[in-house]
Amino acid sequence: MIVYVLRRLASAIPTLFIIVTLAFFMIRLAPGGPFSLERPLDPLIMQNLERAYNFDKPLWQQYLIYIGNLLQGDLGPSFTRRDFSVGDLFRTGLPVSIALGSLAMSIALVVGVLLGALAALRQNSWVDYTVVGTATLGITIPTFVIAPLLSLSFGVMMGWLPAGGWGTWQHMVLPVATLALPQIAIVARLTRGATIEALRSNHVRTARAYGLPARVVVGVHALRGAILPVVSYLGPTAAALLTGSVVVETIFGIPGIGRYFVQGALGRDYTLVMGTVVVIACFVIVFNLIVDILYAWLDPRVRYD
Amino acid sequence: MEKQSLLKVRNLRVEFSTNDGVVEAVKGIDLDLRSNETVAIVGESGSGKSQAMMAIMGLLAANGRASGSASYRGQELIGLGESGLNRIRGSKITMIFQEPMTSLDPLYRIGRQLVEPMVHHRGLAARAARARAIELLELVGIPDPGRRIDSYPHELSGGQRQRVMIAMALANEPDVLIADEPTTALDVTIQAQILTLLADLQSKLGMAIVFITHDLGIVRRFADRVYVMRAGEVVEQDHTGSLFANPSHPYTRMLLAAQPTGRKTPPPPDSPPLLEGRDVNVTFRIGGGWFSRSVDELRAVANASVSLRRGQTIGIVGESGSGKSTLGRALLRLVPSRGTIRFEERDISDADKNHMRPLRKRLQLVFQDPFGSLSPRMTVGQIVTEGLRVHMPKMPAHERDLRASEVLREVGLDPAVANRYPHEFSGGQRQRIAIARAMILKPGVVVLDEPTSALDRSVQKQIVDLLRDLQSAHGLSYLFISHDLAVVRAMADYIIVMRAGRLVEEGPTDAIFDSPREDYTKSLMAAALDGTPFRNTPARA
Repeated sequence: MIVYVLRRLASAIPTLFIIVTLAFFMIRLAPGGPFSLERPLDPLIMQNLERAYNFDKPLWQQYLIYIGNLLQGDLGPSFTRRDFSVGDLFRTGLPVSIALGSLAMSIALVVGVLLGALAALRQNSWVDYTVVGTATLGITIPTFVIAPLLSLSFGVMMGWLPAGGWGTWQHMVLPVATLALPQIAIVARLTRGATIEALRSNHVRTARAYGLPARVVVGVHALRGAILPVVSYLGPTAAALLTGSVVVETIFGIPGIGRYFVQGALGRDYTLVMGTVVVIACFVIVFNLIVDILYAWLDPRVRYD
Repeated sequence: MEKQSLLKVRNLRVEFSTNDGVVEAVKGIDLDLRSNETVAIVGESGSGKSQAMMAIMGLLAANGRASGSASYRGQELIGLGESGLNRIRGSKITMIFQEPMTSLDPLYRIGRQLVEPMVHHRGLAARAARARAIELLELVGIPDPGRRIDSYPHELSGGQRQRVMIAMALANEPDVLIADEPTTALDVTIQAQILTLLADLQSKLGMAIVFITHDLGIVRRFADRVYVMRAGEVVEQDHTGSLFANPSHPYTRMLLAAQPTGRKTPPPPDSPPLLEGRDVNVTFRIGGGWFSRSVDELRAVANASVSLRRGQTIGIVGESGSGKSTLGRALLRLVPSRGTIRFEERDISDADKNHMRPLRKRLQLVFQDPFGSLSPRMTVGQIVTEGLRVHMPKMPAHERDLRASEVLREVGLDPAVANRYPHEFSGGQRQRIAIARAMILKPGVVVLDEPTSALDRSVQKQIVDLLRDLQSAHGLSYLFISHDLAVVRAMADYIIVMRAGRLVEEGPTDAIFDSPREDYTKSLMAAALDGTPFRNTPARA
């Protein structure tokens, strides 16, 4: 297994390299640059700026310089936030996004699996219909509707929680809820479907035929198999949640890194966009690896080496 | 001496509510089981034999409902709550299922699954239960049980998994063992081993067995009494000896007569070879991937030479994994192989896709699974004429339809079925559709890969008759792949016995059946056709 993990990590290097290369050249295809303003700068200042940031060199040289810096762990300076390097921005923003994302993930996992399993066990009862109905609603309503609604009702009208901002645990409740709700819905639906299938499987019939109590039949023999599709769903989802959400961070005014990708792209902040791409790619690679390891642990039929 | 009834079933009914309304699967049956006796319930698929037992065990699907009475030592089981049932299930009454491959939980070691019922019902400590589990594995003939107890189900073969199920069934020394087609999914030699084992254990431990099966050959050798079920009703019951000697109900007589009969006469000696394979080898790579170099090779077929003449039927027999299907596919150039393959005097060993295409319509294949091999989204007419549209795209539609009606009539179906979908048909009818699909192209060679294995005996007989009629009408050559020796005997004039990818023995059918030379062939024949009972001492006291 250790050999497998090392092999997977080794194969991540070329993947990352390809992603970085593609992203580097694609962002440069967009017209304009970090210093293009509505009122053009004085040509001399522009020249000096371009020289300072190596923009006067041919693109392939800039690319090599970027890769060289990246290999030393330097993500470069941010062009739009002049006093910060991209590394600084992530050092302060990433913990915030990870805190929000991991909390939302854990809640989605626990609540979603519980609701899904409950619905499956009470299939075609009112419990089932309620869970499925709410889940469908939860999936269809986008976060940019839920977020302002929550902020308005609990924050502004009732005043129970801060409507936005960052600092105390109260600040986390509404954004975490916004992030978790759709995930709860999806996880519940996945769990419900997989559990219903597992309950009909032959080995669950065997467990029942041997007089095992319901908690063993369900908890031991049905749920472990039913959790597998949830695990594979959670891999890429975790990567997306932990790297922050543009909508949630913007609406609740949270200093995470989710905003950087869109802001960086709009401001042609090349290094910021590249930094975000690198961080997200690393998260996706790591979480896919975690999922594969979890999968092998849950299902002995899966063996990698 | 009349013993008291252990299990007493009276007027048991099972209903399923479906989209098409309520379906009655079991229509009021009576049944008695006395201690230490073996009772067989015989019937074809859909007769309700399994559902009756599921109802007794409280294992019906969610849309099923049981009524009537089934009592175990005076305790009513129908309508008994889950906790009441759980005191009896797995402890007093245990069950072995038809599907050894899926009846164990794939995610847990077999030891844990064996131990669970013992710990639960008898409160055994983990260590004691494990020791007992090893004993049980030893008892059911699992080699090296101390190590095997930590295997996962997928690390065991089908036969071994069924042995584990039997061990689980015996763990709490039950009064009643219900065996639902326990050997149907297994090879004949393993089937014989499992049944002998069950019979031995019964005489050792003295439990009663309810044996559900469609195979009368097994019943004759295994059961004391027989219930014959048809369409949810018991049509006849008797002691095994008298039932086989004087079946009174016409359905029982039909079942008994349903063994395929007749023999295929060999083609004239001067009939030319049509499809020939010389030194055919097929190797599969196992494992390996982008970053791993460790690749194992599995020789599925090793140096096989076959010559199929016009009008001939070669039966290829062997157990699962023997390479018989792979050989059939290799001869049709459907899997890559080494060696020489000739069709109609022409070397096709290296013919690529484009060169093979015009030959494909002369080389047809019929599969085992009549449920999986027909597209559920195409009408029967579309399925049957698909080959015509590929191979003769210029044929006008009305001529295609005409040909379809012709071939459907030939396989014994009403041409009006062309507009219906496969799910509306029974297994036997679907296999007729699959045969029609092959026949419409007027092939020279048809490879029949276990075409009757998924069918009931009486339907098997009809399909065998149909295939033989088609062969004599059109001068076809068959490669008939099967593990069912009774069917092969009726179909083939020449037999090849395969084991582990090699041809073990070959020769004319009668010679192979009457005087097999190789030990393996002998054991195969003995397992399939021997009529001696599995049990030495009749349990009837």
